[in-house]
Amino acid sequence: MDAQRKGELCEIARQIRIGIIDAVYSANSGHPGGSLSIADVLAYLYFEEMNVDPANPKMENRDRLVLSKGHCAPGLYSALAQRGFIPVEDLKTFRKTDSYLQGHPDMKHTPGVDMSSGSLGQGTSVSCGMALAGKIDNAPYRVYAILGDGETQEGEVWEAAMFAAHYKLSNLCWLVDFNGLQIDGAITDVMNPTPYDKKFEAFGWNVVECDAHDFDSIEKAYAAAKACADKPTVIISHSTKGKGVSYMENNVAWHGAAPNAEQYEIAMKDLGAL
Amino acid sequence: MAEKIATREAYGKALAEFGAEYDNLVVLDADLAAATKTGTFKKAFPDRFFDCGIAENNMIGAAVGMSLCGKIPFASSFAMFAAGRSFEQVRNAIGYPHNNVKIGATHAGITVGEDGATHQCNEDIALMRTIPGMVILNPADATEARLAVKAAIEHNGPVYLRFGRMAVPTIFGDDYKFEIGKGVKLAEGTDVALIATGIEVEQALAARELLAAEGISASVINMATIKPLDEEIIIAEAKACGAVVTCEEHSIIGGLGSAVAEVLAEKCPTPMLRVGVNDEFGRSGPAKELVTYFHLDAASIAEKAKAAVALKK
Repeated sequence: MDAQRKGELCEIARQIRIGIIDAVYSANSGHPGGSLSIADVLAYLYFEEMNVDPANPKMENRDRLVLSKGHCAPGLYSALAQRGFIPVEDLKTFRKTDSYLQGHPDMKHTPGVDMSSGSLGQGTSVSCGMALAGKIDNAPYRVYAILGDGETQEGEVWEAAMFAAHYKLSNLCWLVDFNGLQIDGAITDVMNPTPYDKKFEAFGWNVVECDAHDFDSIEKAYAAAKACADKPTVIISHSTKGKGVSYMENNVAWHGAAPNAEQYEIAMKDLGAL
Repeated sequence: MAEKIATREAYGKALAEFGAEYDNLVVLDADLAAATKTGTFKKAFPDRFFDCGIAENNMIGAAVGMSLCGKIPFASSFAMFAAGRSFEQVRNAIGYPHNNVKIGATHAGITVGEDGATHQCNEDIALMRTIPGMVILNPADATEARLAVKAAIEHNGPVYLRFGRMAVPTIFGDDYKFEIGKGVKLAEGTDVALIATGIEVEQALAARELLAAEGISASVINMATIKPLDEEIIIAEAKACGAVVTCEEHSIIGGLGSAVAEVLAEKCPTPMLRVGVNDEFGRSGPAKELVTYFHLDAASIAEKAKAAVALKK
């Protein structure tokens, strides 16, 4: 990727992070840690990888994204706002009673949201069904899903993994946001779901790894997914929970908590918004 | 009476029949195609049939994904697993986003027979009723099962279809009209209204004969749609007869009996009693014997009807 494009994507990711903090701060609740860890991936997907059109969110052959870790809705909403699906200022209505920006993604009321999600594991199966329909119709679209690393503790994820390999869903690409932390602590302490590479390989998947905060690495991973013709691909995306906000980085306390006024100010300084 | 056919047989045949008409109809099953009879569709349209293996939760989600890309998916398993095991997938992935998925649940109720309690789902209607926007269809015979499948295809939104394992008489002829949300009066009566669903419609019609022999006039309503419930016909019958008995092969908690009681309590208080599986689990045995064992037979309905009439005073 050339330096100019990389710079543009970095700036988009920075804006996505600012939107995440604004949304969670305004709501006084929400999930900043896992939203910040996928901000660069979301910037890449919405501005480089996916064929989507904010003027026509239901476009027939659009690429689909299922945010299976639906609690990271602030990340998704902020990316949709940057891409022009929803107004940036609406992020401040997140989780409010009269807002369309629900605590977890709601496909019925938010343009650009392809599937309601939030109950962990379920988005994986839905992404499989979308990809299978695409295969039957020989449609040009691809299907993307983003999973939490803790989410892979759900049995349904592995039912879906079996299904995707069985039906050779090469138009499907999952990304596991491997930030290593879940609500109760380190994923390896709570219920160790690793090693991911060997598990997915054994399930018949094409396995790729990337650095979640390096656009060259992300680009290579998604290119490798497209190049695989007979298997679904999973990207094990090594990330930092809370990335970009000093006191949130690698701190499990920020899985699902909102900053106070003082912390908000520090976050905005960290993100170069103040 | 005509030959006996299980509603699951009619379900499989209907899928194959309408599969020819709707080329976006797809069927998913969880290793039970031979039992749910979706195998009939598989034979006709192998390219549109997808076995999901013994993984019902993923099957429900995959069906949702297909519905979001223009397909009309029927996801099939036994009622115990489709509604029971996968309740939360049905609630969150089908119900909440109101996705256009049809759940074809077979082997409902105690007439599963010898397999026993682990496979006899008496709770599915109760579970499905709590999901906003869910349509629940419980056909009484092969004719109605076929028409229910067609109505489900034509309805845009989630539908739960309940089918049985046991062969039952075909009650309705080719001229039978089926409409989602409409109860159908099968027989007139003045003393007590028997509101029945599924295989209990046959039993209610037989109970009516038993009651007639004792000078009691019972009307019979076929309530194939449990949700949205036809409140109008319930209230009209309650007013006309002054006593109501509900008949269902399902727990008396949360099913048709509860639904009718809710309507009557709020809009037309009327003496009523419920025939159904009491607050207990099923057990192994030949299906027909279990109908009697669990007091779902015509004689038991007639007894309840007499008790309901006695409550009128």
